Amino acid sequence: MQLPILSILVFFPVLGAVLLAFLDRKNHKLLKQVTLGISLLEFLFSLPLWFRFDSQTAAMQFVERCNWLPQYGISYYVGIDGFSLLLIMLSTFLTPLCVLATWTDIQHRVKEFMICLLTLIAGMLGVFVSLDLFLFYVFWEVMLIPMYLLIGIWGNPARRIYAAIKFFLFTMFGSVLMLVAILVLYFYHGKVTGVYTFDLLKMYSLSVPFNMQFWMFLAFGLAFAIKVPMFPFHTWLPDAHTEAPTVGSVILAAVLLKMGTYGFLRFNMPMFPQAAHYFVPLFSILAVIGIVYGALVSMVQKDLKRLVAFSSVSHLGFVMLGLFTFTMPGVQGGIIQMINHGLSTGALFLIVGMIYERRHTRMIADFGGLSTPMPIYAAIFMIVTLSSIGLPGLNGFVGEFLILLGAFKTNPIYATVAATGVIFAACYMLWMFQRVMFGEVTNEKNKELQDLSCREIAIFVPLLLFIVWIGVYPNTFLSKTKATTENFVALMEKAKTTQVSLSHGDKGVAR
Amino acid sequence: MTLTIPSFNLASIGPWITLSVFAIAILLADALSPKGNRAAAPILALVGLAVAGFQTYSLWGRTGMDFARMVYVDNFSFFFYLIFILGTALTVLISLQYLKDYGKNLAEYYALLLFATVGMMLMAAGAHLIMIFLGLEIMSIAVYVLAGLFREDARSNEAALKYLILGAFSSAFLLFGMAMLYGAAGGTLFLSDLAARLAGDTLLKPLTLLAIALLLVGFGFKVASVPFHMWTPDVYEGAPTSVTAFMAVGVKAAAFAAFARVFFLAFPAFQPDWQIVLWVLAVATMTLGNIVAIAQTNIKRMLAYSSIAHAGYLLVAIIAANQLGAVSLMYYLLAYTLMNLGAFGVVILVGRKKDSYLSIYDYSGLGAQHPALAAAMALFMFALAGIPPTAGFVGKFYIFSAAVQAGYIWLAIIGVMNSVVSVYYYLRITVFMYMKPPEADLGPVDFAPALTATLLITAVGVLLIGVFPGFIYNLAMNSVKVFPGL
Repeated sequence: MQLPILSILVFFPVLGAVLLAFLDRKNHKLLKQVTLGISLLEFLFSLPLWFRFDSQTAAMQFVERCNWLPQYGISYYVGIDGFSLLLIMLSTFLTPLCVLATWTDIQHRVKEFMICLLTLIAGMLGVFVSLDLFLFYVFWEVMLIPMYLLIGIWGNPARRIYAAIKFFLFTMFGSVLMLVAILVLYFYHGKVTGVYTFDLLKMYSLSVPFNMQFWMFLAFGLAFAIKVPMFPFHTWLPDAHTEAPTVGSVILAAVLLKMGTYGFLRFNMPMFPQAAHYFVPLFSILAVIGIVYGALVSMVQKDLKRLVAFSSVSHLGFVMLGLFTFTMPGVQGGIIQMINHGLSTGALFLIVGMIYERRHTRMIADFGGLSTPMPIYAAIFMIVTLSSIGLPGLNGFVGEFLILLGAFKTNPIYATVAATGVIFAACYMLWMFQRVMFGEVTNEKNKELQDLSCREIAIFVPLLLFIVWIGVYPNTFLSKTKATTENFVALMEKAKTTQVSLSHGDKGVAR
Repeated sequence: MTLTIPSFNLASIGPWITLSVFAIAILLADALSPKGNRAAAPILALVGLAVAGFQTYSLWGRTGMDFARMVYVDNFSFFFYLIFILGTALTVLISLQYLKDYGKNLAEYYALLLFATVGMMLMAAGAHLIMIFLGLEIMSIAVYVLAGLFREDARSNEAALKYLILGAFSSAFLLFGMAMLYGAAGGTLFLSDLAARLAGDTLLKPLTLLAIALLLVGFGFKVASVPFHMWTPDVYEGAPTSVTAFMAVGVKAAAFAAFARVFFLAFPAFQPDWQIVLWVLAVATMTLGNIVAIAQTNIKRMLAYSSIAHAGYLLVAIIAANQLGAVSLMYYLLAYTLMNLGAFGVVILVGRKKDSYLSIYDYSGLGAQHPALAAAMALFMFALAGIPPTAGFVGKFYIFSAAVQAGYIWLAIIGVMNSVVSVYYYLRITVFMYMKPPEADLGPVDFAPALTATLLITAVGVLLIGVFPGFIYNLAMNSVKVFPGL
């Protein structure tokens, strides 16, 4: 019998959280060490996924299934393909780094913090492995609570509560409509096939009439678009990012936002392919607006963290643009860009967090000439900045290049406008870097700044390793998703030519 | 003339008899025991409830009617019996210390709780409208008295009086409706006969519709549906907290049991008519309850408006009028009993002696001072808001699936939107508990064993039936077979 790796991955952090609940709350060091141990173990557990993953097939792997509420067609059904594999690896890889980053950052209510962190990880992994719509929805919502607490309790004192509630309500607003859509789909599946099930793969094979696809796509799409976040649903993001503690921002940017883009790939597009084709212009235009708008707004930010937050809107715009090309390079690029964004933006938030920890300010104007007192910091910051801009040889380039390649094939106009986003990115990132790092040290307080400690460097080393790895040899990662992407592209291609009925006959008037 | 006494089986109303006997025993024991010694009453009450629970368990699976077709003996009633018994038992547990602090740990209190429970059972099992009315009155009169238990307290008095006057008024509506129905149906009030008698006669349709409307007013009052909800905030706020908890779960569940039974069994022919009215009522109830709850600063008042909102969700289950709807109604009421009693238990604990701290601001910093208590409250709040993996989520999930199945997609959308609104005020409690520093030292929390046990039971229950809803679902599915029309 095969080990249930996915279940272990999802529930091990929960177990860890329970264990933490019994530890002495005053012993911060022990709490942090135990959490670090748990997260390292979690990463180890996830390694077999990477090595035993069969990249030749697009089928679900490591599948586990057992009945949960059979009367209702609900089962505990998990499995992964190439899309989920990379995101799971990203999550388990970042967790230990996040724990390390809390070492000095989090000083009060450490126990609760670690419990929240671990349940958050569990919820996110649950989202990436679920193949049952009900199960997926449960994880999708469960993960809100720890994130809400992370922002609300350990965030920036001034506006943390506002940001936490805004985050919760925005996400909830989108997801409840998705719940209704899931239910409509469930009953439709039951009516058409006679089988009442929440099984996602069965939903794929369902031919949904166009008029229903239209609404379903919008309902699911709203939930995911808020999460991504796509323009104009992005307004929660700068607040949440700015107010969250450093680690909260890292996880938010690196993994949470990916749940939105992943949702499009896993649910929206394959379940409602005709509607997806129909909505390409709308979503591509929104993505392009997001790219340019995010970049322009980043440029005028005075607060480092807010700048990075808005740059996320821009980067995620690229991902969405890539996914909506439904071409091999576009989708591959979109996926690799998700990982890139996780690494680069995660690293950027860590960088901002570390300087904040030293100076208790994030205002660009308060800095200047930091490269003199902090040379190591400056070097790391430089590499990450370049990676975020998309310098060839680093990871960002690969993703953006593939996305633009895909986009040029399908619609050169979107691609052209999006490409300006790359230029803007260079502007705001380099300009920011220049203002913070170069020149004379103008502020007295900055003269005595400590450079990075060994622990802090240790956090960045693995990140930098992968930033370069993806930049130099992306094939390690692209090969894992190739089969899944090919299957996805073929499915979308086929859907373009298949006709579905406009609307089903006896739909009944929605009352 | 000969008088025939119809044959009957006392066992089919076993739980009623047990509870009545125990209630009387409590009163007698109190009269006979030396003054000041009242330890026996709550224990007797709990024993009585346990026996009644066991009887219900052994009755499970029986079908049919008894007492000259006056009483339904079926799983639908039994399921509700269990909800009532659970609700009352938990109420007894949260009352002990609370009443002691007030010096009101009276035997009458427990006797009245049991009598009210008997009334609720009559409502759930009544096969004749008069039986339902009797049950309603038995329950209501006991609750009127309970609401005014703190007779030195002006607010408790206000609550009791308000509830009594408005309650009597609504009972009159209910009776008037029954009278008209009697006329329209040609002289019968048996639920099983009504459907056939009422269908088909177009001449009498206006009269029947009027009767249905009047019944709706009566039930609407008891479940606290808009626009018959006016009493709820004041009564919930003024009544002793333990009684408020009892009203919020028990009275509501009983009213919904009768409501569902009458409307599903007697008025299937008029479904389109009452569905449209209930649609409007449900939307108004959810929306008003949730929106006004946002503005509340008194926790009991907030929970009162939240209870109005929950009545709105439950109305959706009735509107759906399908098997899933009935199942969701039962599941939700059970879940609601657990989460709401849990929440009220926390309210009593945080209120400390004599309800001293009922403002939501008094929850500031609770997360740091009493992590376990705060965690329990957070759990109940998330459950009430309908966030997985709690029973509240599964309940909402069932209700809205029933609505979608019946084609009420817009109603489901309005419902889920409402739960987003509700998230705001439930979250606010967690904001105070975890994200704000304590405003003042409120003194120690007195963790009475019975109360702590209640919190433990409800918290575990909320999670357990939230993660493994299958068992309850099966029971409920089994129970709704009594409605062949669904």
